[in-house]
Amino acid sequence: MTGQEMAFLALGAIAAAGGVAVVTARNVVHGALFLVAVLAAIGALFLLLGAEFVGWVQILIYVGAIVVLLLFGLMLTKAPLGRGALDNQQRGIAAIVATGTFAMLTWLVWHAFGDERITFVRAVRTADIGNALFTSYVLPFEAVSVLLLAALVGAILLAKKD
Amino acid sequence: MSLAWVLTLGALLFSLGIYGVLARRNAVLVLMGIELMLNAVNVNLIAFDAWIRQGNATGQIFALFIITVAAAEVGVGLAIVLLVFRRRETINVDEVNLLKW
Repeated sequence: MTGQEMAFLALGAIAAAGGVAVVTARNVVHGALFLVAVLAAIGALFLLLGAEFVGWVQILIYVGAIVVLLLFGLMLTKAPLGRGALDNQQRGIAAIVATGTFAMLTWLVWHAFGDERITFVRAVRTADIGNALFTSYVLPFEAVSVLLLAALVGAILLAKKD
Repeated sequence: MSLAWVLTLGALLFSLGIYGVLARRNAVLVLMGIELMLNAVNVNLIAFDAWIRQGNATGQIFALFIITVAAAEVGVGLAIVLLVFRRRETINVDEVNLLKW
C-alpha cells in the first residue's frame, strides 16, 4: 500500500464519518461543524489527487464562506434540539432509498472502473487552469458569473425587510 | 491508487446527502444535505480528471463551476429560508405546505 493510498483511506474515513454525523446530528450547530470536517477532508483529497487550485478553492469557498453562511442561517432562525425536532417521519424510507442508491452506484463503479488505476504524474498548475478557463471555457465562465450576480441580487432582494 | 475507491467515496457522500435531504425537516439541514451531494459530484469530477490527466483539466474546470453554482444556490436558499421564517415562524419543510394538496 502506497503513501497516497494510506492518505486517501484516512481522508475518506474522516469524510465518511463526518458525513454520517452531519445527517444524524441532534444539534444543528454540531451538524454544521461536522460539515466543516467533511469539506476540509474533501479539499485535502483534491490536493492529494493533484487538483491544487480546486483544493484551495474548496477550503476557501466552502469552509470559509458557505459554512459561515449556513451558521448565520441557523442563528437567525430558531433551531430546536433533538432528533424528533430535526427529522421527519420518513427516516426509514429515506434510509432505504439512500442504501439502495449507494449499493447501485457502488456496484456500477466497480463494474465499470474496477481495475482502472490513478497514476500520479504531475499536479495541474493554476496557470493551466487559468489558461483553460479563459480560452476554451470562457463562455461558460461568463455565464456562471452572470448566474452568480443574479443569485446575489436575488438573495438581497428576497432577504431585505420591506 | 484505484479509481473505484475514490468513486465509492463519492457514492457514499451522495447517498448520505440523499438521506439528509429526505429525512431532515429543518430547511437549513436540507441545504447541508444538498451541499454533501454537490461535493460528492466534485469528488467524482476530480477523480476522473486525475485518471485521464490530459490537456486542459476539464474535470477541474467543471468542479469550479459546480462550486460557484453551489455558492449561488446556498445564498438564494438561505434568503428564502429567512423569508419563510419571518413570515411563518418556522422553517420545518413539512409545515410549509401551502402549495401541497
